[in-house]
Amino acid sequence: MRNRLLSAPYLVWVVLFTVVPLGVVFYFAFTDSITGRFTLANMAGMATYLPIIMRSIWLSLISAMICLVIGYPVAYCIAQASPTRQKFYLMLVMLPMCMSFLLRTLAWVSLLEDTGIINNFLRALGLTPLPLIRTNGAVVLGMVYNYIPYMILPLSTVIMKIDPRLIEAAQDLGCNNAMVFRRVVLPLSVPGIVSGVTMVFVPAVSTFYISQKLGSTGTTLIGDVIESQFKAAYNPNLGAAMSLVLMVLIFLCVGAMNRFSGTDGEEVMAP
Amino acid sequence: MKRFNKVMTALVFLFLYIPMIVLLVASFNSGTDVAAFKSFTFSQYGELFRDDSLLRLLRNSILIAVLSSFLATVLGTMAAVGIHHMRARLRRLVLTATDIPMTNPDIVTGVSLALLFAFVGRLLHTNSILGFWTLLIAHVTFDLPYVILSVMPKLGQMDPDLEEAALDLGCTPMQALRKVVLPEIMPGVVSGALMAFTMSLDDFVISYFVTGSGFVTLPVEIYNYTKKPIQPKIYALFSLMFAAILLIMVVMNLLQLRDSGARRGRPQHDGRGAETN
Repeated sequence: MRNRLLSAPYLVWVVLFTVVPLGVVFYFAFTDSITGRFTLANMAGMATYLPIIMRSIWLSLISAMICLVIGYPVAYCIAQASPTRQKFYLMLVMLPMCMSFLLRTLAWVSLLEDTGIINNFLRALGLTPLPLIRTNGAVVLGMVYNYIPYMILPLSTVIMKIDPRLIEAAQDLGCNNAMVFRRVVLPLSVPGIVSGVTMVFVPAVSTFYISQKLGSTGTTLIGDVIESQFKAAYNPNLGAAMSLVLMVLIFLCVGAMNRFSGTDGEEVMAP
Repeated sequence: MKRFNKVMTALVFLFLYIPMIVLLVASFNSGTDVAAFKSFTFSQYGELFRDDSLLRLLRNSILIAVLSSFLATVLGTMAAVGIHHMRARLRRLVLTATDIPMTNPDIVTGVSLALLFAFVGRLLHTNSILGFWTLLIAHVTFDLPYVILSVMPKLGQMDPDLEEAALDLGCTPMQALRKVVLPEIMPGVVSGALMAFTMSLDDFVISYFVTGSGFVTLPVEIYNYTKKPIQPKIYALFSLMFAAILLIMVVMNLLQLRDSGARRGRPQHDGRGAETN
């Protein structure tokens, strides 16, 4: 079984560049930036950021829910399509994921701006322009836009795997379409829902670019605080503490969701 | 209900593609304001190819993407074969560690690596070690899970008797790996490599934290650009990259199609091959 040795370089890599860095985050989070001594001050400082933390969770939960509601019909449609069409639809969903999300978000800026495409259009129709950008709504829109593919992909994978005989059986036993959906299809798509919500929530709660471009100072998120600690204020210790909080937060949210559904949703993540 | 689903799907696809259409149209706009179309022009594309600094950034991005996806593919494929032969408990442990960069948000991966590099830099008493090498290390790190997670299922689908037969017939383990296992798992290796390449080409968040001023990739520079008014030639670049990625995706689809077609023609061992159709 010499084959096992083949993974040795990878194991070294994972320890050095995945496990150890997390240890370094811990180290920085609990030390003082100047003296390097152990301190709880960074963690205690989190209290002032509580409103920002709550806002991040709130906005990304709303985004995840919107993604679920509008993504589910799409996933269902994809799952019902013929194999060739499925491939085509999935490609359409994945294509935007591979394009620069910076530029795509920037395109939303030019759509939503006060002198942007939508407002120009409204003006041309003789309507009053709307205050679209620099609102919570714009940030949620940016999140939904950027992360909805992460909802559609696992959902459609799970719905595709539902045994059509189960649906036929339910119909034979007298269920109408709504009941088939509620009692067969929906319960069986729970693993996809959990992994989709997770995959939208995690990047949304940690974003900083979307809130910088589409939001205002009133929509600062955790990601913005971390970014500014590294790129502007330069207090890596506070940034590390914040990252630690973010990690724990995600760990708790994802853990709660997995517990709630009784799956760990892992097998549906692979495309 | 069916009609509702169809309408919803059309609307979501419209929603997904509107900003991309805006950018594609902007690449042919002679004015600088995206919201106002002045007149049709190809000059942005000409500008793009005359802009040496932009082309250098693109070269940097491609260089990092090629190197990191190559390294990750080699390391990751070896790792997947090794993990496949591990005992269940050890395998679960290793796969949990593999999942870390996938489940952690990018910003945490970026920050943790940046802190590691800062820490090492402090130990070496150098001001900053951020640059090409740190960027390469970071990219390989986040590419690896994609390769491993796309090779592992192929190893699972492979008939274990094939490798045994090769060994019985006198192959050394290395020969069996090269002549029997590798061809079997090739589609997974290729799609893992392509995935790693596109991830790495487009990565902004992690690169942003681990890059220094010496070696900058295109997405990081685009971020810096967007603090100032953006140059329209960036839109031309976007359109070209859109075309390139479209091409990669079509090739990937054709490969998968050929793969599943080949597998369908062969007797099934575990009945799992059918799900890729």
